[in-house]
Amino acid sequence: MLLKDEVGTLQRVPLFSGIEPTKLKLLAFTSDRVSYSAGQILFRQGDEGDAAYVILSGRADILVDSDSGPIKVAELVPNSIVGEIAILCNSSRTATVRAASPLEALRIRKDHFLRLMKEFPEMTIEILRVLADRLSHTTADLIDARSAK
Amino acid sequence: MEPSLARYIWTHTKKQQVWILVIVLLSMIPYFMSFDLPKLIVNGPIQGKGFEQPGATRPFMRLHYDLPFIGEVQFFSGFQLDREETLFALSLVFLLLVIINGLFKLYINTYKGRLGERMLRRIRFDLVDRVLRFPPRYFKRVKSAEVATMVKDEVEPLGGFIGDAFLQPVLLGGQALTAMLFIVVQNFWLGMIAAVIVVIQIVLIPRMRRRLIVLGRERQLTARALSGRVGEIVDGIGAVHIHDTSNYERADIAARLGRIFKIRFDLYQWKFMVKFLNNFLAQLTPFLFYMIGGYLAIQGRLDVGQLVAVIGAYKDLPGPMKELIDWDQARQDVQVKYQQVVEQFTVEGVIAPRIAALTIEDPGPMTNPLSAINLSISDDGGAMLIDHISLQVKPGETVALVSTATGGADALAEAFARLVWPSSGRVASGADDLLELPEAVTGRRMSYASSDVFLFQASLRDNLLYGLKHAPLTSVTYDGAAADQRDWDIKEAHRSGNTDLDIHSDWIDYASAGATGPHNLFEPVRRVLDAVALSRDILDLGLRSSADLTRHTELAARIVELRAALRTRLEHEGLSELVVPFEPGAYNKEATIGQNLLFGAAAGPELADRALAANPYFASVLTQSGLDRALYEMGMEIAEQAIELFADLPPDHQFFQQLAFMSAEEIPAYETLLQRLKNRPYETVSENDRAMIVTLSFAYIEPRHRFGLLSDELMSKVVAARNLFYENLPPELQNAVERYDPAKYIAAATVMDNVLFGRVGNNHPDAPDRIRSIVYDILDELGLYAELLDVGLDFNVGSGGRRLTGGQRQKLDVARALLKRPDFLILNRPLEALDQRMQEKVLRNVLEEARRDGHSPAIVWVVTNPAMGMMFDRVVVFDSGRLVEDGTQETLLARSGIFKQLVS
Repeated sequence: MLLKDEVGTLQRVPLFSGIEPTKLKLLAFTSDRVSYSAGQILFRQGDEGDAAYVILSGRADILVDSDSGPIKVAELVPNSIVGEIAILCNSSRTATVRAASPLEALRIRKDHFLRLMKEFPEMTIEILRVLADRLSHTTADLIDARSAK
Repeated sequence: MEPSLARYIWTHTKKQQVWILVIVLLSMIPYFMSFDLPKLIVNGPIQGKGFEQPGATRPFMRLHYDLPFIGEVQFFSGFQLDREETLFALSLVFLLLVIINGLFKLYINTYKGRLGERMLRRIRFDLVDRVLRFPPRYFKRVKSAEVATMVKDEVEPLGGFIGDAFLQPVLLGGQALTAMLFIVVQNFWLGMIAAVIVVIQIVLIPRMRRRLIVLGRERQLTARALSGRVGEIVDGIGAVHIHDTSNYERADIAARLGRIFKIRFDLYQWKFMVKFLNNFLAQLTPFLFYMIGGYLAIQGRLDVGQLVAVIGAYKDLPGPMKELIDWDQARQDVQVKYQQVVEQFTVEGVIAPRIAALTIEDPGPMTNPLSAINLSISDDGGAMLIDHISLQVKPGETVALVSTATGGADALAEAFARLVWPSSGRVASGADDLLELPEAVTGRRMSYASSDVFLFQASLRDNLLYGLKHAPLTSVTYDGAAADQRDWDIKEAHRSGNTDLDIHSDWIDYASAGATGPHNLFEPVRRVLDAVALSRDILDLGLRSSADLTRHTELAARIVELRAALRTRLEHEGLSELVVPFEPGAYNKEATIGQNLLFGAAAGPELADRALAANPYFASVLTQSGLDRALYEMGMEIAEQAIELFADLPPDHQFFQQLAFMSAEEIPAYETLLQRLKNRPYETVSENDRAMIVTLSFAYIEPRHRFGLLSDELMSKVVAARNLFYENLPPELQNAVERYDPAKYIAAATVMDNVLFGRVGNNHPDAPDRIRSIVYDILDELGLYAELLDVGLDFNVGSGGRRLTGGQRQKLDVARALLKRPDFLILNRPLEALDQRMQEKVLRNVLEEARRDGHSPAIVWVVTNPAMGMMFDRVVVFDSGRLVEDGTQETLLARSGIFKQLVS
């Protein structure tokens, strides 16, 4: 997959969909292309969050530790982003991500990501919009859940 | 040290001074003869005196003397020479005298120079010798740069003066006295006038010079302080930048320079003032001669002939007088300098020479207990660090010293190491005062490490073995020129009062490390490095450096085996894709195009980095293989992409680290270049511009940069170009590149690159770590671990060891203390830079390592964490400079005293 295809992928990630292609290209260029074989760990729960990953091809499982061992809570498919929360709020990883098939991903380093946000306010606003959107969804879900009780 | 410079010089050079005086007096004979000769030549053969008759001859070289009582005695009647012959003969004699005088001068100057240089060497050695014997407290007050200036610069002028120290006054004084006497003989009163003026000169000028001496001393002190400050700025450059105090430092330096300028200028003013007065007085005498002498002559009370003779004789007086006064000035100048230095080096309580005397044989173990007896130590300010402490450490006992913040355990440890001296009480080994024991005993049978580590700017190995270099243990035999050189070294060392110990001898005391020679020293070295958990760091350093193949031959010899083992291992673990190996006939996708083309390590500047594209031979290879145009187009594409991506970013942006093709500063240049070259046919582009563009393509790695510029066709062309390049490699480039050869070690590359012989895949984020641990495994399996550790030990630690981390430095210091297997091992919070867990691990290892092979040294460890006390036989607790608890860990815990509070 070439740089320009990666830009295409990034555009399909909701977080980046509103950002100019040239900025996305810079983001892609400064990110590392990484590949994993099935079963390899991208990062572990409790690790320090140092990068976000955009899945280019393949699938990955999101696992959360529990008393009875890891539980799979979600699956990642191409064009999805994972780990962005940890790099935005300096928290440690809340889950483990493990490749479920041969996996290609774009590893966006924390400092690069933050630097881009600082440099291009339009990108930050776009990310804010997506996050706010998520928050309102979560709030709505919460209200639903409470009223359902 | 001898406070008087003159006495110091006389004591050490009296024989030479007398000898040179004799030689100078001897040289006067041909010197005065050569004065007389021109007159003989002009009057005799040239003007024809004595050759009035044509064909007349005169005897030449007739030796005859009028002896008392016997009358004239003729030894040799001489040759009879005519006028021309006499001219030639006399001229030849003149030439001979010129040569003899020249040779005398040459000999005298060389002799004086050598004398001065020897004295300089002696003084410097004496000074450094004293530095080595200063009591420890002295070093708290003195700046290292100041001491260095004193040894290096301030005594330097002494060398020039020493040759003239006694010769000049005797000679010039003699001349002046002769002239004076002559004047007095001619006319007593005129002689008295000259004498009075000379007395005025002698009295007045030195008085005026007193101020010069004061200024000279100030100049020296301020200059020394300046060099101390400059040294401080260099050492503390970090603090300067952290606190934005560089302008404060500038102001300080400017103020100092201003003072130095003022002092120096004052000095000049006085100097020339004195000179003026001196000249004036010298010229005053002839004025008086002319006036008074002339008046007397007119009055008829003085013979005109006498007056002329006196004035003639006076011509010879000012010269020597002036030089004598100059000599006196130089004397005072160096005397001041010498005194200043000596004052600084005269310190109370200098360590006696016998304490540090050279001892070759093993002093034998220290079997007596080490004890502090009523020991008190105060700091410079007079505050008590420890107060009347008595404590005994028996041989073989392990003691943890636990201390509250102001406990003073570290001061006790320093006292055991002789780093601080007691203010009262004493530290003793058995019945002997520890300070009275020779360093040959304490330095070999005791060891000390603390968190305050000093490393010398040398290799890790040198620093580690430094603690074993007590005495030259082998006598090196030299032959041929080296033997002559060694003889000379010894002779000269003796003449300057230096030591003649051979620095090239093997100083390493293998026995104390438990080895018998260089061949099996490595085992103990490895053990102590393992004990302090430093081996891994050193291995990493080894992997990242290029090995010295003259020393590490095995690595090179077994490289093929190593590479094969790595491949097998990677395949076995299913990790083959992590490394893409270099294969002579294939393109390596994980390497840059430049690396693929050169397929070797650049060993010189000709083919390295940016020079590659500009190299004419390399460019011709590209043209021949049809790559020039393809790579140019690729370079243009890369330039376009890079500029599109990066043109908006500020030059200090961290993203530029990702841009392998060009630096941030080059972006504007490439921007204009790109505009200029766009849509220009390739043929019309100049050589330079082509190289600028082509060079961009050399850094390209497809899997990493992902521009999609690498086709299969291009790859095969690159491989073809590679072969073409090596086929016709011109001789001048033979040594500029080492071709990658699966069967050969590449000297210019790092050990890691040699073992890998390929590139680590770009898209495996944890690949480097995994490969490194596999490489270590393989090296261990093949028995090359030691070799790699040895490569790592070549690493230069930098000034003060600053190329190592604080933790590494402290570990190295502990390893060094451990290596000599002492009877008493004193460790003073040695690992403060490490975290608690690591400290405990190293502590455990060190206790175990120290007791290996039935050794049982006493260990005194000032611990940072009271809980560590459980690993020791005995725990001693200090609070406010007093020993408050002493016992085993259990008893102290049971007592619920300070120790229990500290632990909980």
